[in-house]
Amino acid sequence: MEIHRFEKLWVALALLLIVGFIGTVTYGAVGAGVKMVDESGGTVDANALNDHPRFGEPGTYQVGENEYEVYVVARQFLFEPGTNEPIRVPAGSTVTFHITSSDVIHGFEVAGTNINTMVIPGQVTQITVRFEESRSYGIICHEYCGAAHHTMEGQLQVVPPSDFSSADLQNPAVADRDAPVNDADTEEEDE
Amino acid sequence: MAFADEYKETAGEAIPIDREAFVDQYPHDAFIVRLNLAVAFGALGVGGLFGLIQALHRTGIYRGFVSSADYYTLLTGHGVLLALVFTTFFITGIFSWAVVASLDEKLSERLSKLWFGTMFVGTLLAGFAIVGGLTGGPVSADVLFTFYAPMAASPIFYLGAALLIVGSWVAGVDWFLAYRRWRAEHPDERIPLRTFMVLSTMLMWYISTLGVAIEVVVFLLPWSLGLIPAVDPLLTRTLFWYFGHPVVYFWLMPAYLVWYTILPKLSGGRLFSDPLARVVFILFVILSTPVGFHHQYVDPGIAEGFKFIAMTNTMFLLLPSLLTAFTVVASMEHGARQRGGTGRLGWLRALPWDNPAFSGCALAGLMFAAGGFSGMINAGMNINYLIHNTLWVPGHFHLTVGTAAALTFMAITYWLLPQVTGKNLKLKTVAMVQPFTWFVGMTLMSNAMHRAGLAGVPRRTAEPQYANVEFENVIGGIAEMRLQIAIGGTILFIALLMFLAVVVATWFGERSAKLEVNSELPKPLSGPEHSPVVLDDLRIWALIAIVLVAIAYGPPLWSMVADGLFAPGSPPIPV
Ligand code: HEM
Ligand SMILES: [Cu+2]
Ligand SMILES: [Cu+2]
Repeated sequence: MEIHRFEKLWVALALLLIVGFIGTVTYGAVGAGVKMVDESGGTVDANALNDHPRFGEPGTYQVGENEYEVYVVARQFLFEPGTNEPIRVPAGSTVTFHITSSDVIHGFEVAGTNINTMVIPGQVTQITVRFEESRSYGIICHEYCGAAHHTMEGQLQVVPPSDFSSADLQNPAVADRDAPVNDADTEEEDE
Repeated sequence: MAFADEYKETAGEAIPIDREAFVDQYPHDAFIVRLNLAVAFGALGVGGLFGLIQALHRTGIYRGFVSSADYYTLLTGHGVLLALVFTTFFITGIFSWAVVASLDEKLSERLSKLWFGTMFVGTLLAGFAIVGGLTGGPVSADVLFTFYAPMAASPIFYLGAALLIVGSWVAGVDWFLAYRRWRAEHPDERIPLRTFMVLSTMLMWYISTLGVAIEVVVFLLPWSLGLIPAVDPLLTRTLFWYFGHPVVYFWLMPAYLVWYTILPKLSGGRLFSDPLARVVFILFVILSTPVGFHHQYVDPGIAEGFKFIAMTNTMFLLLPSLLTAFTVVASMEHGARQRGGTGRLGWLRALPWDNPAFSGCALAGLMFAAGGFSGMINAGMNINYLIHNTLWVPGHFHLTVGTAAALTFMAITYWLLPQVTGKNLKLKTVAMVQPFTWFVGMTLMSNAMHRAGLAGVPRRTAEPQYANVEFENVIGGIAEMRLQIAIGGTILFIALLMFLAVVVATWFGERSAKLEVNSELPKPLSGPEHSPVVLDDLRIWALIAIVLVAIAYGPPLWSMVADGLFAPGSPPIPV
């Protein structure tokens, strides 16, 4: 097969570009440590979220000195918490979100951050982030979820640690950290 | 000499020729092509109108047409009519022309009517279900063209979608059978390039539509009829995207067919290399399907490793597109130099910019380059977080399917329509300006969409206002972007009306004694005899493609069905 000299050069450059792109993404994953949303959140029964130890009472749970877990249920057309009351977490802490849906597929985008995920009934999205500065963010449902999809939004407030109190937590008992954190409470074991 | 049917020794100008057009040689096939084009352009007109309404409504410029709740009915109509109906019917039309013209072999009259009828009935059913959403009655399908479960549509919608797909399968059978008849008479010849492109596209189509066919027929249809109580939303979504990216190549490969086989001649020259064109199409067959997970980068329930495999595959899929960019530009330059163009870039001026068939394809190719760039961002697994489900995404695909494919289809209609109707093009000045109008409209709309997406503005939403959300725009103000989307969308719709005016005027014009179109395609500089024969052995490539699909999709699909085919399950939720 006859390939023109310029064509060969072009193929070489194209391959270089492609390998370069793959390298960039790989660096992002390995070097910069950008973790993808994956299957680590496990699954839940979307029709029985009320019976779930955490999704039954969604909100912020403290699990370590500077570690929090936020359980969010998305449903037509609100985030709970988020829409009727803001999600509150203290600045300077590590926060793991667990998000699921009780009806259709929703989106969860915290505008201005890297938090952007699908929320699929039966699946739990798990994302861990660190918030350094205190400020509030808007949350948008970015997947069409029904006739009032455009009204589905919420708020995330990252507050100074001094403003954060046990009233912001779902399980104040754990907040004073006398009670040991129970691993069996994470949803992987629930299934 | 071999391939005499495919190529003639003329480098063609648009010289008037006597009536030896496609319609005179193959009247029934021309009739089938016309039917397909008619449905395609009908869908384009209605879908485009919905697009205009969307562009005005969601930017808040004018909201008098529909309520925000009904916005999603229109958006469903827009996506289905344009991305599925317009494209599929145009493709079955131009593929029928390409196969018949390049093989000199008629299609089966009965089979052609059968597949066209099946697709048409499917379209009517789906359209009926969608429009039902405006009446508030029991029949509706406000589920957008991605129809993610557990949001449920009327069974009529799923049935219509299934018929559209099955009809396109039968069309492929029709073309493969024509090829078989040709092969019996030409045992030692290479497959003519246009037929080769059609058959390889269809191979890819068979492999990839299997996903959506299983999704619709095995899961969604019985579920919407109440025969099974629940479906797994992640599994059905995965089956959708198994098809949802290759369908992009189903839209693009016909545009590539036009760019490889017709555009060089319109530029005044001939194709550079027939072998490389074949390699490009084979690369598409092999690589198109195992990439769907790149639409699910931010889905829970799928391991990072599978996303990574899809990402590398996606990046390699850049190769055939980059090769095409090279060939198309090189062929245009060759053509321009044949026409007396000189200089490093001066040759560009020698191209026939006043021929809308040429300018439309060239502008479509140019915009595809921009779309390819934003596509690389989408494909970048971790960069994708920034733009997933934002307006960036429609910004991107209005450059690819909405321009690279759609504008090429419109442009080549200016060249094809006289051949299948036997009538010379009317309203030539309107036709001449039309591709440039589309280009301007799309430049405005898509650049504003891309920037709004970077600022975090979501796609698929009826309202621009999010009371508590602050969008951090990088360049330009949100109000300016909205205005640009509305203006761009309006200009696009005007371009669409111009196109339809030319089509209607030509269609209803009188038959002419002489046609001002020369349908002959010149021989490529390097013909198929320079390529290895194994390229034409489509069975081998299909097998390799299937193996790659099994590697990319086998394990993740298995992990989704291992916990039960319908679990974790969701009952239908009406919208
Ligand atoms: C008159 C020309 C057009 C205009 C004004 C237009 C406008 C729009 C707008 C504003 C949206 C975004 C809606 C939203 O996310 O809220 C959209 C979505 C879309 N457009 Fe177009 N468009 C046009 C032509 C096309 C063409 C030619 C195609 C394909 C061949 C196309 C395919 C799509 C698709 C697939 C969507 C996404 C639907 C969805 O998200 O479900 N459009 N269009
Ligand atoms: Cu939602
Ligand atoms: Cu939503």
